[in-house]
Amino acid sequence: MLRQTLAITGISIRSIPERWAPSLVIVIGLAGVVAVFTALLAMAAGFESTLRATGRSDAALILRGGSDAELNSAFDRDSTDLIKQEPGIAAGADGRPLASAELMVIAELVRRDDVRNGANITVRGVEPTGFVLRPQLKIIAGHNFTPGLRELIVGQGVLRQFQGAEIGKVVRMRGSEWTVVGEFAAGDAHDSELWTDINVARTTFGRSGSSSVLAALEGPQGLARLKSALAAEPRLTMDVLREQDYFSGQTRQFRKTIGFLAAVVTIIMALGAVFAALNSMYAAVAARGKEIATLRAIGFGGLPVVVSVMSEALLLALTGAMLGALIAYLLFNNLSVSTLGQNFTQVVFDFKVTPALVAQGLVIAVIIGMVGGLLPALRAARLPVTTSLREQ
Amino acid sequence: MTKSGFVVANLFRKRTRTILTLLSVIMAFLLFGLLQSVNTVFNAGADFVGATRLMVQARVSFTQPLPVSMVPKLEAIPGVARVAYQQWFGGVWQENTPLIMFALDPQRYRDVYPEWLMPDAQWQAFEHTRTGMIVGKQLADQYGWKIGQKIPIASNIYPQKNGSKAWVFDLVGIFDGKDEEWKKRTNLAFIQQDYFDEANQFNVKGRTNFFILKLNEAARAEAISKTVDAMFENSPDETKTQTEKDFNISFVKQIGDIGLIVRWILFAVFFTLLLVVGNTMAQSVRERVPELAVLKTLGFSDASVLGFVLAEAFALCLAGGLIGLVLASICGAMVAKGTGGQFQLQLDAGVWLIGVVAIGLMSLAVGLLPALRARRLRIVDALAGR
Repeated sequence: MLRQTLAITGISIRSIPERWAPSLVIVIGLAGVVAVFTALLAMAAGFESTLRATGRSDAALILRGGSDAELNSAFDRDSTDLIKQEPGIAAGADGRPLASAELMVIAELVRRDDVRNGANITVRGVEPTGFVLRPQLKIIAGHNFTPGLRELIVGQGVLRQFQGAEIGKVVRMRGSEWTVVGEFAAGDAHDSELWTDINVARTTFGRSGSSSVLAALEGPQGLARLKSALAAEPRLTMDVLREQDYFSGQTRQFRKTIGFLAAVVTIIMALGAVFAALNSMYAAVAARGKEIATLRAIGFGGLPVVVSVMSEALLLALTGAMLGALIAYLLFNNLSVSTLGQNFTQVVFDFKVTPALVAQGLVIAVIIGMVGGLLPALRAARLPVTTSLREQ
Repeated sequence: MTKSGFVVANLFRKRTRTILTLLSVIMAFLLFGLLQSVNTVFNAGADFVGATRLMVQARVSFTQPLPVSMVPKLEAIPGVARVAYQQWFGGVWQENTPLIMFALDPQRYRDVYPEWLMPDAQWQAFEHTRTGMIVGKQLADQYGWKIGQKIPIASNIYPQKNGSKAWVFDLVGIFDGKDEEWKKRTNLAFIQQDYFDEANQFNVKGRTNFFILKLNEAARAEAISKTVDAMFENSPDETKTQTEKDFNISFVKQIGDIGLIVRWILFAVFFTLLLVVGNTMAQSVRERVPELAVLKTLGFSDASVLGFVLAEAFALCLAGGLIGLVLASICGAMVAKGTGGQFQLQLDAGVWLIGVVAIGLMSLAVGLLPALRARRLRIVDALAGR
């Protein structure tokens, strides 16, 4: 039985080159499905990995209650100072609370491939502790801004996608000129931001308070202590989130949208590919009708025939899937794009073709190959030997 | 047998193959229809607005407010007929459904946007009810809101004076659009700027995100934009002025290049389809070489044999394409209904037109080579099986 199966499968696979045109249809069809599937989900994966990398698990982000995003949040100077004194916040080397009040405002920059349309970019005003709380952020060119001066440093992601914020360039905001003096890399969502001194930002934008406070937590109980302390403070209505959770939470909507798009597109394309595969495999079985009948006549069983046709379909489908994944990898992996994030500002991220995605693509290919091969295989096994032999 | 009957009969001689190929074509055009209409949704908001309105925002970003005190200065510019303004409220319905909700001056807004249709009595009520709110028809239908109801809405930006985030508004009017394009956009909600100014906790008064200038003539849009921006240059309230159309385009572009993604997917789909149908056609001509030779022997010209094969390809693509597009319309209508009209996935005339062109090109691409082969056949060789 096994020997029969191996023998027939060997014959059918070796004869693929003689039927190259219909075989190619299966390969290209599957390559198309898997390439589109992989590319779409690589976009979701890239967005997710950028935001997941942002934020520490031992820091808390404090926003005004009910504001959902930093952009919507605002509170005054007194509240800011009050928050920093709450228990649960770790102390820095100087004994003062390790917390940074931050002011988020938005500026517009134009995409590199555009001439006119502005896109929203986060401008983050930070205190010196803002850098202590984000040790991953490194100045990679130029120098840091000088507190008190209208100077900006720019994230590497902004430079990749937008123009007008290169080192030495002047950005106009609210009637004043700001010089870009340095470039930084953080490897996370902060790469899509411009940073400056919070006090200069306050003066320029006519804001006296802050958008958020980022605070290092003291020990594993820090978050709980900070939460209950803030809840008990009648002068404040604040939301406290673990910094990591705040950023991870932002991926949900994007993942849902892309996931839905990928599902619809993949299902429709997969159906199309199944029909094409059925067509090709029926043609293959018809072309080999006489050969299969001969084998049956000299004593080969039906099952080995089924297995051989199915293996051929699977082999072609997997070849196509690998080709498709390769195409997606070559065209899209590390491709840098940007979209609107939670704060209504651009988040720059790279497509990530992950091994998990490729594996899922292969699974899809196996399913399509099985479905596309099964009916023709059954027909091949059921062919009446005598009629087939008599056919021309 | 008529010629068209002959073409159809030929298509169905291998029924399984034709049906399977047809199904592949249907799937491709279904996807084509859906993706193109998604693309239309995202590129919309451009052509229907006309150019008689300008949007003025803060140059740094439209999230940065401008003072309402700019209104008289703007209105004094020659060519400007009327000025309205609107401020983002950050409205949230129930748990966390964001609403497109603005605070504005009712009378001014009504003058600048005649495209919204609402009975005069309701406009009057909006103007004279401090806690009044008007909403678009889509929004009212979606949540079953009726005039006279009190609607609780939270703001994720502005608490009320007493610290509460839950605002309550009296629904005093429901507006609709003047035509299909405007009807699609009735998912908006408006409240009174005066009430907002007075009731918000931050003492935010007399600030707004956008001024909308209604012009006397569209031709002067460019010149007036420049005048506005020059007027406020070097002040903290520098402006950026663009036509409503350009504003809408750049707003959508913020999300990303949806068109590019759609083009990539469709490229993959049609490249694959070309191969599938092309292979079927080539195969069917290959099998029928002797028959085609017989046709020629009977006196059919080379051109009419070419015509038969092309007609077969065309019939296959046309049937598949039309069924696919109709299916896409049905799916689109279901999506529109399922989302309560918030996501209008409709195959408009433009999508159908591109679809029909695609069907034509596709037929040529897959039919031409086999058809030429059929035309070139020499009777002697073909009958001899050479």
